[in-house]
Amino acid sequence: MQQIWVLYFLTTTPKIKVMGKKQLTIFILIAGILIACNKNVVDEIFTFINPTHFPKPAYNFENNQITKARFELGRKLFYDPLLSANNTISCGSCHIQTSAFTHHGHIFSHGIFDRTGTRNSPPIMNLAWNTSFMWDGGIVDLDLQSIAPITNHVEMDDSMPNVLKKLRNHAQYPTLFKKAFGSSEISGVHFLKAMSQFMLMCVSSNSKYDSVQQNLAHFTTEENAGYQTFKQKCNSCHREPLFTDYSFRNNGLPPSLLNDLGRYLVTNQAYDKYKFKVPSLRNLSYTAPYMHDGRLLNLDGVFSHYTSGVQATQNLDSSLQNGTYLGILLTPVEQSNLIAFLKTLDDKSFLFNKNLAEQ
Amino acid sequence: MKKIVLSIVTIATLFTACKKNTTTASEYNSANKGAISVEFDNIAGSSDLQLSTGSYTNSSSESYKVTMLKYFVSNLKFTNVDGTIYTVPQDSSYFLINESDTNRHKVELNIPEGEYKAVTFTLGVDSLRNTMDVSKRTGDLDPTGVASGMYWGWNSGYIFFKFEGTSSAISGMMGNVFQIHIGGFGGYSTVTANNLKTITLDLTARGTAKVKASKNYAVNIHTLVDVNKVFTGTNTISLKTTNMVHSIAAGVPVAANLGAIFSHDHTEN
Repeated sequence: MQQIWVLYFLTTTPKIKVMGKKQLTIFILIAGILIACNKNVVDEIFTFINPTHFPKPAYNFENNQITKARFELGRKLFYDPLLSANNTISCGSCHIQTSAFTHHGHIFSHGIFDRTGTRNSPPIMNLAWNTSFMWDGGIVDLDLQSIAPITNHVEMDDSMPNVLKKLRNHAQYPTLFKKAFGSSEISGVHFLKAMSQFMLMCVSSNSKYDSVQQNLAHFTTEENAGYQTFKQKCNSCHREPLFTDYSFRNNGLPPSLLNDLGRYLVTNQAYDKYKFKVPSLRNLSYTAPYMHDGRLLNLDGVFSHYTSGVQATQNLDSSLQNGTYLGILLTPVEQSNLIAFLKTLDDKSFLFNKNLAEQ
Repeated sequence: MKKIVLSIVTIATLFTACKKNTTTASEYNSANKGAISVEFDNIAGSSDLQLSTGSYTNSSSESYKVTMLKYFVSNLKFTNVDGTIYTVPQDSSYFLINESDTNRHKVELNIPEGEYKAVTFTLGVDSLRNTMDVSKRTGDLDPTGVASGMYWGWNSGYIFFKFEGTSSAISGMMGNVFQIHIGGFGGYSTVTANNLKTITLDLTARGTAKVKASKNYAVNIHTLVDVNKVFTGTNTISLKTTNMVHSIAAGVPVAANLGAIFSHDHTEN
């Protein structure tokens, strides 16, 4: 309707024989107001933007069109401890923005009643391109992801019907759902879609590496040497530009006492034993500790694992078997160059994006 | 000779054709829909199932009590005596049966008029629905509502059959509790076990279902669901050794028995 009005102004104004400066200003003002009022125009600012050097997202946006109100609702829910059984743990408790939405410094995250899990909290970053979720890929659709931590005994330990009940009885949420979805009746579908909207908008594509890819910056000599080593020795799994190929692999970590079988727990196929999803290397400086169980506390630990710690466990990835040598051969110089390159994947504009922070 | 054969065939054809017209066509008009229900009456051997209070004995001579029995019945089809099959529209063909909720003992439908000789259904939620967008998972399939206890959050997929209780034969981490949760539709991107079961109940011996729009009540296909048979059949399941089933693979030996727990008892026409 508003668009029609703009059109009306545009088609009728030329008929005014003499249009003074005043009239022109008024016309522009009115047109401007009308455009601003149009919901679609406002929402465009919040539309998911696919970085030009990224592939097409895996997420089907047709089923969940991004809008400002839905994104903001998702963000409020993400930071709301109401989603846990005793209203103490929010998603943001274990996914801290300044740590690329991981639980910095925690090998295992601890959730409700200080119960601890068995895996390291993964980052919420570039999930629109993820083909599956969790270290074992047990969840296949981002829209279904939120259910897992909310209902997990050691994480938020609530039930979906109870969370929805709390939201329905809340002073603000019915209004916010109405604003976002046109109905104050809070449905599970709308809840899950709003959660996805926030997570989808957590895009990290503004690192130095990204600037180099867009010819807006240059690597230093050291970074470039590291990049060459990376392409030669790491890129087959941590594939550019998202720095993961989303596959599941066993990287030769000796099984701990927990004997976590990884992807096998989902597929029950022997060939999936000890396999975990290849994590992205973006924002690596902020996501320690490393590996599915957070056993490696820093990058030195990671390098020493890949150069001398790889074990010949069941289903060890073939890329880590070079004859009798297990692992990746890296000279000390290559390692320091690699670290220089990996630091170009840090994206402070993502870590400190106010739009993604608790409001 | 040829002539005689031809005449017999012709006469026979005429008779069959006439028979059809006189019985089916006059009684039933498939353009009209009538009410039908399929009742799932849960039992344990020769006893009606009584949650928490009833005590039963399985084929391994283990005494057990049942605290919960819930399962999905989906994709219903009705076979007419004339051989045609009516398939319930898929969007409205998922039903959660729950022993503890008297409103969830029956599947209620409207189907074309006719005499039906068989009912076919799936125990569980098929792969297509298991992989659909959340907006298509409403009503009994809502993982945030009715189906919240029938859904594996950590391994996206519905629990088809949830059977819980206690047995003195068990001494496990949770005391004497057994929890048998069966799911697994074949997997999304990688192959997992498929524990879906398709069940066809022949109604001819114990009463076909005669659905007519003019009836002011639902014709009821009364089935019996014997939980004792969960423990026997293809595989003998002992509660002493199998009491915590929480994954697709662990459910395979149990699921193999589930096709045979259903039987047709009678039809209320």
